[in-house]
Amino acid sequence: MTVHQLSIFIENRSGTLIKVLEALKAANIQIIASTIADTAEYGIYRLICSEPMRACEELKKANVAVALSDVFALAIDDKPGRAADAVKTFSEAGISIAYMYSFLLRGKGILIFRTDDNEKAVKVIADNQLQSINEADLSELA
Amino acid sequence: MIWNPNKECMSRDERSALQGKRLHKIVEYVYHNVPFYRNKLQEMDIRPDDIQTIEDITKLPFTTKKDLRDNYPFGLQAAPQSEIIRVHASSGTTGNPTIVGYTRKDIGVWSECMARCLTAYGVTRDDIFSVAYGYGLFTGGLGAHYGVEHLGASVIPAGTGNTEKHLKLIRDLGITGLACTPSYALYLAETMDKLGIRKEDIKLRVGAFGAEPWTENMRKEIEERLGLKGYNIYGLSEVMGPSVSYECQMQHGSHICEDHFYPEIINPTTLEPLPAGQTGELVFTTLTKEGMPVLRYRTRDLCSLMPGTCDCGRTEVRMGRIEGRSDDMLIIRGINVFPSQVESVVLSMPEFAPRYMLVVDRVNNLDTLQVQVEIRQEYFTGVFDTPAAVDQLEKKLATKLKSVLSIAAKVQLKAPNTIERSQGKSAHVIDRRKL
Ligand SMILES: [Zn+2]
Repeated sequence: MTVHQLSIFIENRSGTLIKVLEALKAANIQIIASTIADTAEYGIYRLICSEPMRACEELKKANVAVALSDVFALAIDDKPGRAADAVKTFSEAGISIAYMYSFLLRGKGILIFRTDDNEKAVKVIADNQLQSINEADLSELA
Repeated sequence: MIWNPNKECMSRDERSALQGKRLHKIVEYVYHNVPFYRNKLQEMDIRPDDIQTIEDITKLPFTTKKDLRDNYPFGLQAAPQSEIIRVHASSGTTGNPTIVGYTRKDIGVWSECMARCLTAYGVTRDDIFSVAYGYGLFTGGLGAHYGVEHLGASVIPAGTGNTEKHLKLIRDLGITGLACTPSYALYLAETMDKLGIRKEDIKLRVGAFGAEPWTENMRKEIEERLGLKGYNIYGLSEVMGPSVSYECQMQHGSHICEDHFYPEIINPTTLEPLPAGQTGELVFTTLTKEGMPVLRYRTRDLCSLMPGTCDCGRTEVRMGRIEGRSDDMLIIRGINVFPSQVESVVLSMPEFAPRYMLVVDRVNNLDTLQVQVEIRQEYFTGVFDTPAAVDQLEKKLATKLKSVLSIAAKVQLKAPNTIERSQGKSAHVIDRRKL
């Protein structure tokens, strides 16, 4: 139901992003999806990748402030309106989405998000028979 | 004009005699009332009777900020608590502030010195004088306030902050005098421009500027933009507060109230007295203070002394501009800040590596302080997947810094191992202010 996301602290100055990407490249880690939440001084670089645990260790070795968080991953049909439907289910259940991003993988839309109430979200996903995916699915799809 | 010609224009010999007499008295006083001094003097085998003339002062021990800190809070107080009518405090290097108690007579002397100072600037009972130093534990606000009242001018206790309202009062009340930090004076000028108030619209004519270093160029700019004459005022709470020295109309050096505060210049390394004219560390002995007298207090301020009668008629020795510090203290918005204070806060929070950098700058004539710290890898956990979590951590540190430093600092979080490991204290500071 959840997948590992790397959250990486990146200062807003040149050379910081490339340092992270070079470290991942050197470790032969494939990036599946990523997004940056930025402020004036820094950004939180969120990353879904192959072998997240190993990626995290490699980045730590490279002196990068990195942490693993569990985020929900849903597979939806690659059609207009499917993301709206999915998010509506959560909002009707009174669950707030802290952040969300999406990508396409093998003809499926993948929604990655975090909520303010994970327990409730698990129940909503089960009750509504939403198609959640896990780490194994992800590596298969990739 | 001279407030107290008897004291300000005394002949050199007369003053030396008075200083010698007062020095003997103050040494006797602390010998019997402050165990710290009694022990020090006994260790050095000095009895009060060994001190008869002002030249004997070199026999006396020095007092440092550390001595004040080690004897926190009232260890150096000479007067009984029942005689203390006011207490001020200034920040120390770490932890404890320096506590200074004043008796009624001390407040009287201070007000007298302030009145001498304002009179030297040309302030009279007809002036309306706005005090825009911080009121509170800092000596600037109340010190200047009491002086204006003692002189008999009208005091406007503006304090700091709410600059627009202050400007409105300056214009509407026809305020003629202003006491504040020089950078705040420039900030006022900026705000005037923004509000469309011209210097012709206001009646300011005299400014008492101090509590932070400033230059002749800043003076020119302030005088030009506010349409007033700007004078330097110097002081420190350990000795008294503002008006330990003040400029006269000549704007050439600040006259020291020598009958109350005896100045020396020493070599900060060898502690040997330096001849007049040479730059060294300024040292003060309070000759009349009752609450917390100090013997040979090392100010850490570097400057030189100019003896001789001034064109204004005063015979009091003048001190030149402060040329620097013999320690790593920074003065930010008039507040003393030590890098070690920041260090103590950073070390108290396990989230951060024990590395930090203070970046001081001046933006729109206001000093800014940024504190850079590194987050520790171990503490960068999954909760930090949003900027809000990082902001919260920054805020936590900012709140602690504010309570220790008494001024707001902007925290900038850095990635691990990005702040250079410093060697020596000055490596913790980047001061971009151009003075
Ligand atoms: Zn003079």
